Amino acid sequence: MKTGDLVELAARNLRESVLRNSLTTVGISVGVASLVAMLSLGIGLQHLASSRLKKSGLFDSIYVTSGRRRRGPDRAKQPKAPPPPLDETARQKMAKFDDVAEVYPDIRFPAELRLSETGSGGTTTAARGDAATSSSTQQAGMPQEFQLISALPMSARQLETFDNMKGKYFSSPSAAEVILQADEAKSLSDKPDELIGKDIVLRYASRHLLNDNDANSAAASEYGAASELSVYAVAPKQRTLRVVGVVEERADAGLRGAGGGGAYVPLELAEELQPMQMTQVRLAGDRDPLANSYAALVVRVNRSSELEKVEDKVKQLGYNTFSLLDATRGLRRFFAILDLFLGIFGSLALAVASLGIINTLVMSILERRREIGIMKAIGASDGDVQKLFFAEAGAMGILGGSLGVLLGWIIGRVINAGTRFYMMHEQQFRPDDVWLVPLWLVLGAIGFSIIVSLIAGLYPAARAARLDPVQALRYD
Amino acid sequence: MGDSEIRAVNDISFDVKAGEFVALLGSSGSGKSSLLNLIAGLDTPTSGSVLVAGRDLARMSREELAVYRRSTVGMVFQAFNLVTAMTIFENVELPMRFAEAPRGERMSRARAALERVGLGHRLDHRPAELSGGEQQRASLARALVNSPSLLLADEPTGNLDSRTGSEIMELIRSINADGATVLMVTHERALADRYCHRAIFLRDGRLVEDPAEVGA
Repeated sequence: MKTGDLVELAARNLRESVLRNSLTTVGISVGVASLVAMLSLGIGLQHLASSRLKKSGLFDSIYVTSGRRRRGPDRAKQPKAPPPPLDETARQKMAKFDDVAEVYPDIRFPAELRLSETGSGGTTTAARGDAATSSSTQQAGMPQEFQLISALPMSARQLETFDNMKGKYFSSPSAAEVILQADEAKSLSDKPDELIGKDIVLRYASRHLLNDNDANSAAASEYGAASELSVYAVAPKQRTLRVVGVVEERADAGLRGAGGGGAYVPLELAEELQPMQMTQVRLAGDRDPLANSYAALVVRVNRSSELEKVEDKVKQLGYNTFSLLDATRGLRRFFAILDLFLGIFGSLALAVASLGIINTLVMSILERRREIGIMKAIGASDGDVQKLFFAEAGAMGILGGSLGVLLGWIIGRVINAGTRFYMMHEQQFRPDDVWLVPLWLVLGAIGFSIIVSLIAGLYPAARAARLDPVQALRYD
Repeated sequence: MGDSEIRAVNDISFDVKAGEFVALLGSSGSGKSSLLNLIAGLDTPTSGSVLVAGRDLARMSREELAVYRRSTVGMVFQAFNLVTAMTIFENVELPMRFAEAPRGERMSRARAALERVGLGHRLDHRPAELSGGEQQRASLARALVNSPSLLLADEPTGNLDSRTGSEIMELIRSINADGATVLMVTHERALADRYCHRAIFLRDGRLVEDPAEVGA
């Protein structure tokens, strides 16, 4: 029998016992809905966690520090050979590794922020010595605040911190612009949002190398380190920056350089400013011949799956590294297990529904025994009869699966709405969707429903096919 | 019941020529319907052979028997055996679905078969909406629709009054006249005498009289 005829006959047969077949189909729908609701919850939670972590920048970045100093219990393990400097050469070398998106220095420095009286975007470099004093005098009475300033690359725009930013992100990597964290901005103005577009003055300690041969020679004679030793000066400087944005959340502390900052400036601008960083303040007293190198570098990879490979390469260069790769592995394992269990619980309802299909079809065989006999008498083969019952089971599977996905989707929407309401009104969190139905789940659930229905139809179909036509024709 | 073996048909041998109209006569339980089922390919003999156009049905697989039933044989039953959930048209169309005939051809052939038996105006009616005679006509149309060379009729007038029975028998005779071989089970001797070329008598599953053999 042709497939079209098979489908037509199956549909006609299903219409004949519409109540019973509808109830069986609803049973399948409930089973599929339960499966979809459970799995979509697991997928939604996984997606939520993954996207949050991805946006946090914690799972695609390696924090690289010089391998030179170990403190505490590890001090004894310190290698005797001098470690390689974490300088521009090292940065370029790491940037050439496969799958590395970018390598940038972790720059965080303390600075004072105050509102600019003039409102201009110009640059002022205070002269060494009396600059701090004169600056303070000029702007007495204006609100001012000491902040930890973090430098960010343009790629940091994707960080979750900047998702709901007021204003805009930096226009270029070296723009004289600043983004303020809302709490910190409040110390400058009662209405932080109004700071956007205004200029503020950044006052900081600048650290720069001295190209003074005499000074270098003097230092070399004192420390005995010859050409490797550098001498630098620290001077107060200031720079007027335009406020371009205000963020509510404070960027997560850690691998993407924004940790704990009260204000953010573009990376190239920060490099140009040559600020005295917190780590360099500490190193200043160490008589360290390598003080000219970066305090830390952040290596960002294209795909988190490549993190381990890149991290190994960086380690081979002799640097200390830190990443949260293991945490992602654990997270994936957790969600795989969660999905498995949610899937099993969801499938239980479908298993019960499959018993309903078997019951319906077996009842149908008893009722249509004579009809099966007639069909065989006028030329139907065992295969035709078997396929007909299979088609009926499959049709119930398709219908039940489709309705189930729709039902599961509605359940999910309700869960999402409920969760959003709870998060907004009870927890004061940013509302998020904890439920997600990807296309593969829709198709998979319908496919699974059809497969389960066909398996449930195996026994009834085989039983119908085996019917002896002579016996079946005698049945009344 | 139990382990005892009952032979519904035993030690029977006879030939039917192409185009012949033969009656199988006998009382209830004589084995005539069982014999008809063997010739229809609905049942298979435990021993012996059933040859139709040179092919032994006893050696055919279930699939081959299904093909034989839909291409060579047309069957008419005493109880009509129409699918009650289908219309008359759908019932007549059904054997052609199993024969995988194209839809357009199915429509025209089913309509022609129903018009031939005088039911051209009842296509969309269900069997329950028709009289016994009309149901048997529909059953005949279904048997004819695949143009079988062998028409098997099991007590085709058994559930009908004599006038309607005669109409059905006339139809069967016309089908025979068009070239189909007809084998009809009946317990009415008069019917056999009136319409059939030959009558074969069965008793307790055995052949007791075959005029072809008597005359041979």
